Amino acid sequence: MNTMEKTLRSPVSQRPHEIKKTDQLTGIGAEVSIELNGIKMKVPIGKTILEICRDNNIHIPTLCYHEDLCIAGNCRLCLVEIEGMRTLQTSCSFPVTSPIKIKTFSDKVRKARKHIVGLMLSEHYGECYSCVRNNNCELQSLAREYGIDNYEFGHICSPRYNVDKSSQAVIRDMDKCILCRRCVRTCIDLQEVGVLEAVNRGYDTKISTFMDKPLADVVCINCGQCINRCPTAALHANDPSDEIWKAIEDPEKHVILQTAPSPRASLGEEFGLPPGHSMTGQLNTAARRMGFDRVFDTNFSADLTIMEEGTELLNRLRKALVEKDTSVRLPQFTSCSPGWIKFIEHFYPEYLDYLSTAKSPQQMFGSVIKTFYADESGIDPANIVNVALMPCAAKKFECNRPEMNSSGFKDIDYGLTTREMAKMIREAGLVLPDLPKSGFDDPFGEASGAGLIFGSTGGVMEAALRTVYELVTGRVVPFKNLNIEVCRGMKGIKEASVKLENCRPEFSFLEGIDLKFIVAHGTANAKVVMDMLKNGELKDYHFVEIMACPGGCIGGGGQPIPTSESIRKLRAKAIYEEEAGLPVRKSHENPHIKYIYEKFLKDGPCGKLSHKLLHTHYVKRGKFIN
Amino acid sequence: MMTFEKIKRTGPVLFSEYENGSALKKAISIGRNEILAELKESGLKGRGGAGFPTSTKWMLTAAAKADRKFVICNADEGEPGTFKDRVLLTEYPELVLEGMIIAGYVIGAKEGIIYLRSEYSYMLEFLESKIEYMRKYGFFGKNILGEQGFDFEIKIRLGSGAYECGEETALIESLEGYRGEPRNRPPFPVNTGYLGYPTVVNNVETLASVPHIITKGGEWYKKFGTDKSTGSKLFSVSGDCKYPGVYELQWGITLRELLKIVGAENTKAVQVGGASGVCLNESQFDKKISYEETATGGSIMIFDKSRSMLEVLKNFMEFFVEESCGQCTPCRIGNVKLLEGVNMIEKNDYTLEYIDKLKELGETMKIASKCGLGQTSPNPFISILDNFKDEIFSKN
Repeated sequence: MNTMEKTLRSPVSQRPHEIKKTDQLTGIGAEVSIELNGIKMKVPIGKTILEICRDNNIHIPTLCYHEDLCIAGNCRLCLVEIEGMRTLQTSCSFPVTSPIKIKTFSDKVRKARKHIVGLMLSEHYGECYSCVRNNNCELQSLAREYGIDNYEFGHICSPRYNVDKSSQAVIRDMDKCILCRRCVRTCIDLQEVGVLEAVNRGYDTKISTFMDKPLADVVCINCGQCINRCPTAALHANDPSDEIWKAIEDPEKHVILQTAPSPRASLGEEFGLPPGHSMTGQLNTAARRMGFDRVFDTNFSADLTIMEEGTELLNRLRKALVEKDTSVRLPQFTSCSPGWIKFIEHFYPEYLDYLSTAKSPQQMFGSVIKTFYADESGIDPANIVNVALMPCAAKKFECNRPEMNSSGFKDIDYGLTTREMAKMIREAGLVLPDLPKSGFDDPFGEASGAGLIFGSTGGVMEAALRTVYELVTGRVVPFKNLNIEVCRGMKGIKEASVKLENCRPEFSFLEGIDLKFIVAHGTANAKVVMDMLKNGELKDYHFVEIMACPGGCIGGGGQPIPTSESIRKLRAKAIYEEEAGLPVRKSHENPHIKYIYEKFLKDGPCGKLSHKLLHTHYVKRGKFIN
Repeated sequence: MMTFEKIKRTGPVLFSEYENGSALKKAISIGRNEILAELKESGLKGRGGAGFPTSTKWMLTAAAKADRKFVICNADEGEPGTFKDRVLLTEYPELVLEGMIIAGYVIGAKEGIIYLRSEYSYMLEFLESKIEYMRKYGFFGKNILGEQGFDFEIKIRLGSGAYECGEETALIESLEGYRGEPRNRPPFPVNTGYLGYPTVVNNVETLASVPHIITKGGEWYKKFGTDKSTGSKLFSVSGDCKYPGVYELQWGITLRELLKIVGAENTKAVQVGGASGVCLNESQFDKKISYEETATGGSIMIFDKSRSMLEVLKNFMEFFVEESCGQCTPCRIGNVKLLEGVNMIEKNDYTLEYIDKLKELGETMKIASKCGLGQTSPNPFISILDNFKDEIFSKN
């Protein structure tokens, strides 16, 4: 499908120079001889100087450059000297097309870089030791790299801007902004939201929202991808950890932590481990030592989500195919990603009926804990504090949505990001990787692998297919080891189908149908899918999974910084590897799921009680800004 | 309301006798390669100030393969102290338009755009009426002057007042509706310009020179000026002199000769090339104005002995702080630091060590900034502090 590709919306000034490359890998037209710091070498035509340097283990400092984003060339730190050229050239944007001699650390280059870092520091308000990004700040690293031991060009002593704390997810502190514009490119290109843009000129240039409105009042979807790409602390998440500590200290409060799979796959990074190590067991121990009263696995409610969402899909199919109900909307879109929900509410409000009404696993768990669990364990739900460890900035917004109180209380009290959890663990004096492993608490102890893979793009689809296929046909999905590989991987938009044959009698209306599905991640890709829906190109499709963040939750806006495609792949790998070894890998086979439908949600998935507790509705927000 | 220049001047090249339309007719009869050869022979260089050989620019664009190509006339004359394009556009618009048509013919463009600075919007109707007038004689539209397949149209677009938009890639961004900010080079506009298509961006004066070169020949053009700076140049002379205005003079004239022509007496300093140019003192007045020695886009500002050079410098630096587009670090913050340095000197609260550090910063800005703005804005800072140090640092 040719239309399934996103386009760049950022100005041409911030796009890479594409060089047509030949198909051959060597020879004339494919390679060019250059000299890099005196070393002669052949390099492929069209590669940028930065890429060549990285291939050759030459470190070039960068700031406005980010693996996930298009080229800007505005920080000027990656400058190199090319023999015969009057000015220095930015290595990130300069493709090699002719034999040139490059020097990456000549006197001019080093002096220029030092000057540039000095200039940035002169306008960067605040001190490192009172900063949320202390020790993980690219500007700080650069200052060290270039031996900055004083403020060569002075240092700003008073703030120029007010901190924008309006958003429940993202806080903007423009005094720390160095105008690399990664956030602008993230918002417009990676996510196609376009909330942030540079305004004014010269010294007065700043990153602004529409008419300088508070972030909460514009069409921000709270995905937090800008936070992950900010080199400093100009953008950071709204941190609730003080309130959580307070609740833990309060003997009246029963504080419950639920942990989502993605933070567990990435938390080790905050403690110096390379990406790709799952910390589930250690995190459980850490949480208990910190004073959380219970630790539950969000994967349990992910299983619940599959039961509800899968049943909803089958109900929609039945209504459409058997009852010929034309008001039924298909394909059904997943609703687990709160960034995606706000995206569709703002940009495609007329298509909200396509969304599954199922709440996200976080919110399902919240209402189940404050009803079923409170009842079973005899705890007053008013005293339960629900904390959700999520890879996500938007979960902070989601738990504060006014409709999320079906238990009679605020279902989830706090959304906590991976980074904030790591901070709390450090505050408690614990070294996560050194802790012994322990399991989750009952009654939701076990979860299936299907819930675990929710963390990666395609995971919800894979989990849903495992259950839906089996419900319909009575057989396991026809994929080796249950691994539905077509759902996996980092391609922006994936599509595939499964043929439903020899169906059970109650699903005979699905006999012979090709269940067609699409998986997309990153709202830029979501936009492509939505535009296809708008153009009537999705009529034959049944199910669409969308995650707001690139890579799915493992690349969420609450995840450790840095995040890049290679890191996302490693985190996904950790999740899939952990999943392969689990005893239960299908949501409907999770014994605790069976138990809750027997004991509590007695009228089954999509029943009356489910509807009250586990389903929600959406708001037509549109793009009008007051 | 349309206003015209009061003083009519004559000059050896641009202001010489010319019959409208003769160049285009000749151009079509001799063909593209001949035109490029004449241009190359003439040695014509970009008159905006950077001095890139025009024939090379046209040749590269002509060689680029694309469905659409564009000719853009850069009439965003924003350099402080420059007003020669205004004169050309009001006195000799046919020359400029004809230059654009010829450029279109050579590179294979069917569309031309004049990027007119917003302060010149009063000319809009006048220029449009000129286009319509020339259309009557078959200079616009389809199959121009009977040449099959040669179509050309010109649109006029107004700028919005940013100095930065005189930089060709920022101008293109502005035309595309984005913030006026320069692009990375490469790619160059000759390959990837307006809307991604090959584009020639030429200064008004460059385009106005073309018809003369076509009719009278490169050989003729080369007779004026110096070896490397051929032809003549329009100078916008302002400041402390009896006869400010636009002059057409040959390249290679010394500042001293020029000062005499314009009736400047008691001159202390001359800023050559506008705010982004260099400021020379009396000992340097024998320098030739040329690409080899002291290049200029046309601005000559004269300061006599009553002027405070520090104030002059402050004025320039305030301009750059205001007009930096804010995209790249060296220019956005660097200019602020240079201005702060000027203020320190003014308050007599500085160390020479720090001023030297700022000069070094200026040298970095020249090679590290993204575009010509930041690459030239330290020029007045460095040249005024160097050439007038006795005056400026006398208090210390």
